[in-house]
Amino acid sequence: MKVIETRELRKEFIVRTRKGRFRRAKKVVAAVDGVSLAIERGEMVGYLGPNGAGKSTTLKMLTGVLTPTSGGVQVCGFMPVPQRLKLARRIGVVFGQRSTLWWDLPLRDSFELLRHVYRVPPAEHAARLQKCRDLLELDAFIETPVRQLSLGQRMRGELTSALLHGPEILFLDEPTIGLDVVSKQAVREFLAELGGRGDTTIVLTTHDLADIERLCRRIVVIDHGRVVHDGSIDALHARYGSRRRVIADLDEPLAAAIDLPGTRLESTTGLRMTFSIDGSTSVGPLVSLLASSGKLRDLTIAEPEIEDVIARLYQSEGGRERSRAA
Amino acid sequence: MYAKLIGAQGRGQASYRVSFWLDLAGTTVVVGADLISVLVIFSRVPVLAGFTLKETIVLFGLALMSFSVADLLVGNIERIRTYVRLGTLDTVMIRPLGVLAQLLCLDVGFRRVGRILYSGTVLGIALWVAGVQWTPSKVVLLVVAPLAGAAFFCGFFVATSTVAFWWIESGEIANSLTYGGRDFTSYPITVYSGWFRKIFAFGLGFAFVAYYPGLVLLGKADPLGGPPWLGWLSPLVSAAVVALAAFIWRFGVRHYRSTGS
Repeated sequence: MKVIETRELRKEFIVRTRKGRFRRAKKVVAAVDGVSLAIERGEMVGYLGPNGAGKSTTLKMLTGVLTPTSGGVQVCGFMPVPQRLKLARRIGVVFGQRSTLWWDLPLRDSFELLRHVYRVPPAEHAARLQKCRDLLELDAFIETPVRQLSLGQRMRGELTSALLHGPEILFLDEPTIGLDVVSKQAVREFLAELGGRGDTTIVLTTHDLADIERLCRRIVVIDHGRVVHDGSIDALHARYGSRRRVIADLDEPLAAAIDLPGTRLESTTGLRMTFSIDGSTSVGPLVSLLASSGKLRDLTIAEPEIEDVIARLYQSEGGRERSRAA
Repeated sequence: MYAKLIGAQGRGQASYRVSFWLDLAGTTVVVGADLISVLVIFSRVPVLAGFTLKETIVLFGLALMSFSVADLLVGNIERIRTYVRLGTLDTVMIRPLGVLAQLLCLDVGFRRVGRILYSGTVLGIALWVAGVQWTPSKVVLLVVAPLAGAAFFCGFFVATSTVAFWWIESGEIANSLTYGGRDFTSYPITVYSGWFRKIFAFGLGFAFVAYYPGLVLLGKADPLGGPPWLGWLSPLVSAAVVALAAFIWRFGVRHYRSTGS
């Protein structure tokens, strides 16, 4: 069953730029430019893109905050903006950069208020809260006013607050932004556990690719408002020709240059040689060649890093101005 | 439900005790200054555009009462610019409750209660000093007029603050209209002249907050020649303003642009 479906979703903003002393030029910029997505129940989808690619704008249209300029969108079978109130009961939203908790109240009071806001039966609420308290270790600071919490603690509170009404979809807008390693880990583990149960669909935007690698089987990459990749991480690697690297440390320089198909010498620094290997080529011939030279001291095979892939993706797709003058 | 939200807000505010009392004292002083400015004018002239001091204070009291009630209920909507800028509005829109109601619950100005007490006192004394001839219908009007006036200002507050949806740097435009409107209604409209009076008193309807109901209470004929039943028109005018405000608000929410990330 599809819980999220968009067809040619588009959002335009009018941007006024200064032109001369008093004149202002009006420009229509499409922050989201024809995004079509279908997300099934229980999927964990990473929504990725450089700053200003339209990630947050898409999320806001899916949650009923922004009205799309054109195109269709259905979330849990609802039209987000006209049916915002109904939809709000079925989704949970965490904004990494803004708080949805009551600033001056302890977490416990915020949670209690949310029970009333969403009209959750007390027993259900208590059970969900207990689960979050255990998994996110909230007990140490549940009585502290939100304003005194650290960012990591607050984010754990935000996650809990988004889940207390048992949403079908959890939207996370940069949930690990600014967190330290330990908190990031806690948030990721929690989300992995939640996603693993399969009844909650999770859509998260992030800059932190480790989030995605750890959590999402499917990634949607957006740039300049358009989807440039929708599929698994492996598919992304295959499509953009990711290369594994073989790093060889030698005792002395090799006598002859290595010439193997699909293998390229990237750099030589002193006695360290770095080779890059095409996605479909085996590392076997290179490794055995190096080993038979008798000069090999150490060898490392590095898997392709998603960072590289994404960076390349942005470079190849980016730079094209998709805005047009009105 | 909303009572719970307001209660939570109150508890939040209660954690800043000194600030609360300072605010309360501050608003009393500010409003007191307005009354003094009326008194100062009348220390120079005995009659202002056909109205004596006593009569003017009755209008002043009615306007202030209406404004104070509205200010308590929806006054913090003027902070909507901040909410839009900080993205608080986004967090409000993901909850299964009305946007306007939630925003109002975000910061209920308990400190503004003082203003209502104060304006009630001013109005009470003014009516007593002015020697109003009480009839049952005037008693009804005394209850209806401030309520209608409050509804009027509520609508006005909301409608003007909606500007923030389109124009994040809208500055003090909303405030200059609402506070300007309050000051306009605090004096008899006969003080103003020409197009200015036409626009504010009749175009925007401010004459129906204090001026016309005040005339009825005072038993005074309208120096501009309007019929006495105009004083009873204020609930209708307020209803129109509220309906218009609701429409503008909805339109604003639909066209909300949010801010980055």
